[in-house]
Amino acid sequence: MTSYLRPRDLEEAVVARAAYPNWMVLAGGTDLMVNANHKPIPGGILDLWRLGEIGFIRVGDGAIAIGAGTTWHEVERHPAIRDRLLPLALAAREIGALQIQSRGTLGGNIGTSSPVGDSLPVLLALDATIEVASVRGRRSIPYSTWCTGYRTSLLASDELIVAAHIPLPGAGTWTTWRKVGTRRAQSISKVMGAAAIILDGGTVVSARVALGAVADRPIRITAVEDAVRGLSLARAAEAARAAVRTSIQPIDDIRSTSVYRREVAENLVARFFTSAAGVS
Amino acid sequence: MDPAVPAIGSSLPRVDGVAKVTGRARYLDDLDAAGAWHGATVRSKTAFGVLEAIDLDPAFDWSQVVVATAADIPGANVIALIEDDQPALVKIGQRVMHVDEAIALVAAPTRALAFEAAKHITPRVRAMTPVYSLEDALACKQPLYKDTNVFKQFLIRKGHEADAELDAAFARAAQVIEGTYDTSPQEQMYIEPQAMMAEWRDGRCFIVGSMQCPYYVHKAMKALLGCGPDGVVITQSVTGGGFGGKEEYPSMLAAHVAVLAAKAKRAVKIVYDRDEDIAATTKRHPCRTHHRLAVDAAGEILAVDIDVVMDGGAYLTLSPVVLSRGVLHAAGPYRCPVVRVRGRVVATNHPPHGAFRGFGAPQTTFAYERQMQKLAIARGEDPLALRKRLALRSGDTTATGQLLGFSVGTDEVIAAIEGVAGTAPTRDGTGPTGAPVRRGRGVCFYFHGAGFTGSGEQRLAGRATIALTTAGTFEVRSSSTDIGQGSITMFTQIAAGALGVDASLVSVIDPSTANVPDSGPTVASRTCMVVGSLVDQGSRALAGQLQTWAAENGLGGRPLLEIAKARSAHGELTHTVQYEPPPGIEWNDTTYTGSAYPVYGWAACLVDVSVDLDTYEVTIDRCVQAVDVGKAINPSIVKGQIEGGTLQALGWAVLENVVYKDGKVANANMTNCIVPTFADAPDLETILVEVPYPFGPSGAKGVGEIPMDGPAAAVANAVENALGVAFDRLPISPEAIAATKSQWSPS
Ligand SMILES: Cc1cc2nc3c(=O)[nH]c(=O)nc-3n(C[C@H](O)[C@H](O)[C@H](O)COP(=O)(O)OP(=O)(O)OC[C@H]3O[C@@H](n4cnc5c(N)ncnc54)[C@H](O)[C@@H]3O)c2cc1C
Repeated sequence: MTSYLRPRDLEEAVVARAAYPNWMVLAGGTDLMVNANHKPIPGGILDLWRLGEIGFIRVGDGAIAIGAGTTWHEVERHPAIRDRLLPLALAAREIGALQIQSRGTLGGNIGTSSPVGDSLPVLLALDATIEVASVRGRRSIPYSTWCTGYRTSLLASDELIVAAHIPLPGAGTWTTWRKVGTRRAQSISKVMGAAAIILDGGTVVSARVALGAVADRPIRITAVEDAVRGLSLARAAEAARAAVRTSIQPIDDIRSTSVYRREVAENLVARFFTSAAGVS
Repeated sequence: MDPAVPAIGSSLPRVDGVAKVTGRARYLDDLDAAGAWHGATVRSKTAFGVLEAIDLDPAFDWSQVVVATAADIPGANVIALIEDDQPALVKIGQRVMHVDEAIALVAAPTRALAFEAAKHITPRVRAMTPVYSLEDALACKQPLYKDTNVFKQFLIRKGHEADAELDAAFARAAQVIEGTYDTSPQEQMYIEPQAMMAEWRDGRCFIVGSMQCPYYVHKAMKALLGCGPDGVVITQSVTGGGFGGKEEYPSMLAAHVAVLAAKAKRAVKIVYDRDEDIAATTKRHPCRTHHRLAVDAAGEILAVDIDVVMDGGAYLTLSPVVLSRGVLHAAGPYRCPVVRVRGRVVATNHPPHGAFRGFGAPQTTFAYERQMQKLAIARGEDPLALRKRLALRSGDTTATGQLLGFSVGTDEVIAAIEGVAGTAPTRDGTGPTGAPVRRGRGVCFYFHGAGFTGSGEQRLAGRATIALTTAGTFEVRSSSTDIGQGSITMFTQIAAGALGVDASLVSVIDPSTANVPDSGPTVASRTCMVVGSLVDQGSRALAGQLQTWAAENGLGGRPLLEIAKARSAHGELTHTVQYEPPPGIEWNDTTYTGSAYPVYGWAACLVDVSVDLDTYEVTIDRCVQAVDVGKAINPSIVKGQIEGGTLQALGWAVLENVVYKDGKVANANMTNCIVPTFADAPDLETILVEVPYPFGPSGAKGVGEIPMDGPAAAVANAVENALGVAFDRLPISPEAIAATKSQWSPS
C-alpha cells in the first residue's frame, strides 16, 4: 500500500519530507503521472497540490517571488509577470496546452530539472534564485548553480522548493524567450532559449543567454556572453552565432538531430540580438 | 413535403452528437461488464526467429490468472483474411515474424495483475537475421514469404504490349522527367485505442468491440473457433475513430479475447495501452515510387512508366488490395496513351502495414503530383494551367482503359481553385518573430476511385434492410459502422428523405452480425455511395409496399405515417436490397483493364506555405481543397470529412512519422509519434463541388478518403516553390529542410 499525506502547512510538509525522504513529492503531477506506468510504485505520496504557503505571486521592489505551487496558467495571466518578466509569461503560454498549464507548476518544472524544461532557461537568463525549505531551515540557491547533471540538482532529499525569486530587469534590459518544439502545442522542445540583454543605446553592455535541449541540463552560454560585450547589436548577433557554434554539443534523438539543434540554436541566439535592435 | 422531413443537402445535426460530446456514449471500456477479467498480450520482442519455448517464471503465483497459448485455439490458428498466413498466437516451433507479435495471453481479475503476469512470461526465441529494407526484401537472401518475398505484384499496360514499345515512346520524347519518391509510414491515432470483449454463453461466443467491419471479424472468428455462422456473434461498440486502423486488426483482438474467455470461463476484455497500440497495430504502408514521364515538344504526355514498391510488413494482411489501389491511381488523372505501372508489395520483419484512409493512393499520388510539378517547372508553365491542360475528362480513358463518362468533375474543381486562388504570396519576407521567411505556393490535382476495386462490389454483393417495426417506426439495418464519420446521420437522412418521414422516426441499429445483413466492410469510401444507395432504394421500396398494402386495405391516399401505424399492428415489414453494379462496369482481373472503379471523386488543392529560415519550420498559411463529391447529403458532415482528411494529409506531409529501429516502433507514444493539434491547423477552406453520380443516392459518391490523397504533394510543391529545392521524401521536416540549405535558390 502507498501512504498518502496532504500536509496542512509547509511546517508539516518539511517534517514529513525529512521523515520520508523516499516518498514522492507531488505537485500538479503532470510530470510524475507520465511515468506512473513505468516506475515502481512509491512508498508514499506527499501531496503539495494547492498548498497555500507555496502558491503565491509577490511583487516586490526589486524582484518578483513566485511560489513553487503556482500553476503556469497563474503565471501566464499575472499582469506584473506579463509586464516585467515577459519571457516567463511567454514560456508559460507554451508549456503543453491549457490543461497542462492549469495543473503544471513552476516548482514541478524546477523539480524535474529536465533539459527540456521550458521555464528553466528563463530562470538562468533572469538570474533567479531558488528558495528551499527543510526542517533545518531555509536557504537560497542561485539558479545558475542549481542543475548538477541530467535531471539532478542541489535540492537535498529533505528539502522542498518554496519559491523562485526573480530580480526585475532594469530599464535598459531587453528580455526574450523562444521555443522550437516538434509542433505548435503539446510539444517537447527541440531547442529553446532565453536572453536578457543589457543595452546602452545600440550597444550591448552585457548579456545572459541560456539554452535548453542542447545539453544534459539547461545551460548558460557564457561564450556568447563574453563575445558580445561592447558590440553593436548587429555585430553581437554574428559574434553570438559563432560562439554558440563552438560551445554546444547537442545530441541526436527521436525528436531531432544534433545538426539541426546546433543550427537552430545559432539562429535563435542571433535573433535574440537582432530583435533587440527593434526596441532599443 | 412535410417540413420535418430532412432534406438531402441539409445539415441535419449529428444523431450521435449529443451523446458523444456529453460523455454519455459508452465505448467498450465504459460498458458494464461485472466480473469481466482483463487480458494482456505477451509479445515476441524478437523481430525474426523461431519460438522455442514459452517460459513461465516459477516464482510468480500463477493460480490467480489464466494463461493461453496457441495450443488453446479451438479451430485454425489463423487470422483469416485474404491469405491465412498470420497466426493469432505463434506456436512453439513456428517462426516469429516481428517484434510485437503475440505469443501468449494472460487474463486476470484486474488489469494491473494481467500486465504484471505478462511480464513474467518470456518467449524464448532463436533469433535469425531480420529483413527491414525494401532492397533486402527484394534481394530475398532471407525468404520470409514463399521464395520471393513478394506478397503481390501487378502489371498494368496501356497502349503497348511489349516493353520495346514503351522504350520507343520514351525515345521519341522531347523531355523526360524522372524521380524517386519515398513516403513514410503513418499511424492512424484514433482517439479510442483498440478494445474488444468476449463472453461465451451456451456454447456461443459473443464478441463486442471497437471495429469498422463486423463481418471481417465474423469471418476470422468462424475459422479460429471452428464454428458455423451462428456460433459467434460480433457486435460493434461505439467506436472512437478508425481511419482504416480498425479494418483488419480488430480480428486479432477478437481472437485473443475469445480464447481467453473460453479458458477463464467468464467475460474477458482487452483494451490496448496507447503505447502498445502504436507499437503493435497496422500503419500506412511505407512506399517507394519510381516515376518516369515522357512528353513531346508541345508538352503532351507520351508515356509514363511507374514502379511502386511497398513494405507490407510481416504478413500479407490487406497488402495486395492496398497495392492494387496504389497502382490503379499511380498514373494520375491525366491523359496518357502509353502507360506501364509495375507494383510489388514485399515482406519484411516490420509489424504488418495495413489499411489507412486513402489505402495506397496517397503514396502514388504524392509521386505523380511531384512529377507534374517538375514538368511545369521544366516547361516554365503555370502549374495549375498545366494540370488543366492534361487532365482527364469525359470521353478520355484512364490507365486501365476505362472510358470516362458521367461525373467527371475536373473542370469544376480546377475552376473552383482558380476562382479563389488570388495572387501567390511574395517569396521573400519577414515572419512574426523577425526571422526571414520564404513563401511558396503549391497546387495539385487528383482523383480517387470510390467503392471497391474492379469487381469487388459485385463479388461482395452487399445488402441492407429497411424495416417497419411493430412500434410503427423505421429501422435501417446494415453492417456499416459509424466510426465517427457520421454514417448514422447520413443513413437517417437518406432513409427519412426516401420514406418522407421525420428523422426522429428512423433509427439506425447498432451493427451486430446477429441482426444486420452483410453490407460489406466500412472502408473504401463506399458507405454513403454503395450502402447509402441500398438504404435509399430499400426505403423507397418499403414505402411502395406500404402504399400497396394501403390500397388493398382501404387506406389508399392516406399519409405514409398513418399507413405505417396501421400496418405495424400486423407485425414487422422489411425490405432488403442487394447491390447491383451499374451498367457498363466491366473489369478484367487478369489483365488489370476495364472499369477499375464505378466512379471517381475529383479534387484540386492549393497550399500556401512559409518556411521560417531560423527554425526551418513550414507553416501552412492557407489550404484550399475543392472536392467533387457528387452530392453532399449532409454538407456539414462532408466538410468535416474533408477537413479531417486534409489535416491528416498535412500532418503526413510535415510532421508525422513512425520511426522503426531494429524492427520496432521507436516512437510508440503520443509524445513522439506526433499528429497535428489545432494550433498546427491552418484555416481549411473547403469547396464542395457536386457533379452527380447517377447511381449514388441523390448523386453522392465517395468522400471519406479522397482528401487524404493530394495535400502532401501540394505542400511539397509549395516548399519547392519557396526554396527552389525538390522535396521527394516525406516528412518534409524542419530537419530535412535544414539539410538542404546550401541548395536553396538565392534570395
Ligand atoms: C502533455 C504534457 C505536455 C507537457 N508540455 C510541457 C512543455 O511544453 N514544457 C515543459 O517544460 N514541460 C511540459 N510538460 C511537463 C510538465 O507539465 C512540467 O514540467 C510542469 O511544470 C510540471 O509541474 P507539476 O506540478 O505537474 O510537477 P509534478 O509532476 O507534480 O512534479 C515534477 C517533479 O517536481 C518535484 N516537485 C514538485 N514540486 C516540488 C516542490 N515544491 N519541492 C520539491 N520538489 C517538487 C516532484 O517531486 C517531481 O519530481 C508537459 C507534460 C505533459 C503531460
